[in-house]
Amino acid sequence: MKEIVVVSGKGGTGKTSVVASLACLIDRKAMVDCDVDAANLALVLNPRIIEEKEFAAGKKARIINEKCTDCGICRDMCRFDAISEDFIIDPVSCEGCGACFFYCPASAVEFETPLAGHCYICDTPAGEPFVYAELLPGEENSGKLVTMVRTEARERAESMGLSRILIDGPPGIGCPVISSITGTSLALIVTEPTASGIHDLERIAQLARHFSLPAAVIINKSDINPACTESIEQYCNANNMPVLGRLPYEKAISEAQRQGKAVVEYAPDLPVSKALREISEQIISIYKE
Amino acid sequence: MRVQNDQGIMIDLTGMNITMASGKGGTGKTTVAVNFAWLLASAGQRVQYLDCDVEEPNGHIFLKPSITESAPSKVMVPVVDQEKCTSCGECGLKCQFHAIVNLPGDTLIFPGLCHSCGLCSSVCPTGAITEGDREIGIIGKGSGTKRIDFIHGVLNVGEAMAVPLIKKVKNGRKDPYVHIIDAPPGTSCPVVATLKGSDAVIMVTEPTPFGLHDLKIAIDVARLLNIPTGVVINRDQGGYQPLSDYLEAAGIPILAVIPEDADIARHYSQGGIILESLPHYIDVYETLAANLEKLLDTHSVHAGRMRS
Ligand code: SF4
Ligand code: SF4
Ligand code: SF4
Ligand code: SF4
Repeated sequence: MKEIVVVSGKGGTGKTSVVASLACLIDRKAMVDCDVDAANLALVLNPRIIEEKEFAAGKKARIINEKCTDCGICRDMCRFDAISEDFIIDPVSCEGCGACFFYCPASAVEFETPLAGHCYICDTPAGEPFVYAELLPGEENSGKLVTMVRTEARERAESMGLSRILIDGPPGIGCPVISSITGTSLALIVTEPTASGIHDLERIAQLARHFSLPAAVIINKSDINPACTESIEQYCNANNMPVLGRLPYEKAISEAQRQGKAVVEYAPDLPVSKALREISEQIISIYKE
Repeated sequence: MRVQNDQGIMIDLTGMNITMASGKGGTGKTTVAVNFAWLLASAGQRVQYLDCDVEEPNGHIFLKPSITESAPSKVMVPVVDQEKCTSCGECGLKCQFHAIVNLPGDTLIFPGLCHSCGLCSSVCPTGAITEGDREIGIIGKGSGTKRIDFIHGVLNVGEAMAVPLIKKVKNGRKDPYVHIIDAPPGTSCPVVATLKGSDAVIMVTEPTPFGLHDLKIAIDVARLLNIPTGVVINRDQGGYQPLSDYLEAAGIPILAVIPEDADIARHYSQGGIILESLPHYIDVYETLAANLEKLLDTHSVHAGRMRS
């Protein structure tokens, strides 16, 4: 199985728009949106949900006031200041470590696994599998939910005899990103030529190296700052990361988004669409079935 | 209270914790945060900028602080004395995060999974577990443009524990300052840790379907935490009806609208303060300040308070 993960180090580099176009151009694959905090790919893929699974991970503690003797042991044990003066647990602060539960002499603490989100297994109009998820507000454990969506997608792909998975990764370099890139074949980094763009690129490239993952780069809005684009290319050359393409700044991308389409569908003749087609051909030739 | 600046009258936010957030990165959250901090500092307020986007801190690129103090940030991790350990298995059984695995004759710790809750050392019957330190990143402090006091956390690459580092950054808050807090993108645990204790949150959004979708989720989180919320629409191209409809129905005020402008993109890409190079945008940020004051008034949040 070849899994290609598109990441950006930071959001707003146009990553999901790039993924949406690649999704149109690369066939015989499953797709995953690993941005479980704010899944956007569904907005352009027009999927149909065929199965919905509940996601629960991590416990939360709750004090039953009738049983509580106000002894205060739980507050002393809790290192996350989740228990108030009058012994009410703030579910948002509770990390679910269980210290209060195990040490309460009155068995006044309930320790349960609440519903944290949903995972949606879908079909796209092209008949390809697509999996995404939504976390409930304020819920954590996004890393585990990422693992769940990836596993579901892999199972779908296998049962349909597909050998490629295209993953829209979450922004950043933290725990959900780590869950999204581990065990993939290629990290495709979308960056833009800004002062902070280079900084973010370095951090995500470091992360890919940390997990011994080959990385390639797409420079979005490459014409807004040619000098900066130049230094990104130098950085990529020096670090053995091929630059697969340079996309021009294009207002039509947000217009395409408003129409719920990928830019390659919305305006196939624009230079940006041509550049995206070339990128997809390179990816297909690297990862032939 | 109002203070006079070079441009006119402006609200005094001293003592407030104002957090800049966004459903997703790239909406211009850091740009709004640094420029707003700059505006308040220009008006003579003592501003502290706390960059809680510890995975990708960018505030320093714009505020250009000289970092005068830089210290590793550590969290507790258990250390097992194998001599004392009887392999009873109690610690591995109780740890909710699978950070301890008991093998016959060996008790292993996986520091990356540990939440530093301390439960294992409390439950160990033989006292074999003590608490050690593990570095997760660094905290840098200094002073930037317009004498803005500056703190950021930089998470080590490959490190998943952002929350403890964010808490350290927030613990660096000083009084009497207005605290401008740059939140990480998204809505998960690091964002919640950043938002907690804020007097108001300014959500920076883009007028697109993606932007609206992410904004709704971020607003749900702010509501869960009971924090007064307003929106700054960035890169506006003449309005986006679904966004206005949503905000109206949700009762969320628009604090300011910043147009799509290639000049802003250019100055941003060079790491500059927009208000220095494009002073005609000062109006927009003053409107933001005035509307923020109204938001705080509506929720009767009073200056001078400091919550954790
Ligand atoms: S330890 Fe149990 S009895 Fe004591 S205060 Fe906490 S919940 Fe109440
Ligand atoms: S489970 Fe842990 S974090 Fe939650 S309230 Fe109890 S002691 Fe605190
Ligand atoms: S401190 Fe808590 S999370 Fe860490 S190993 Fe011990 S029990 Fe597990
Ligand atoms: S609880 Fe203590 S003695 Fe038992 S396995 Fe853990 S470290 Fe060893």
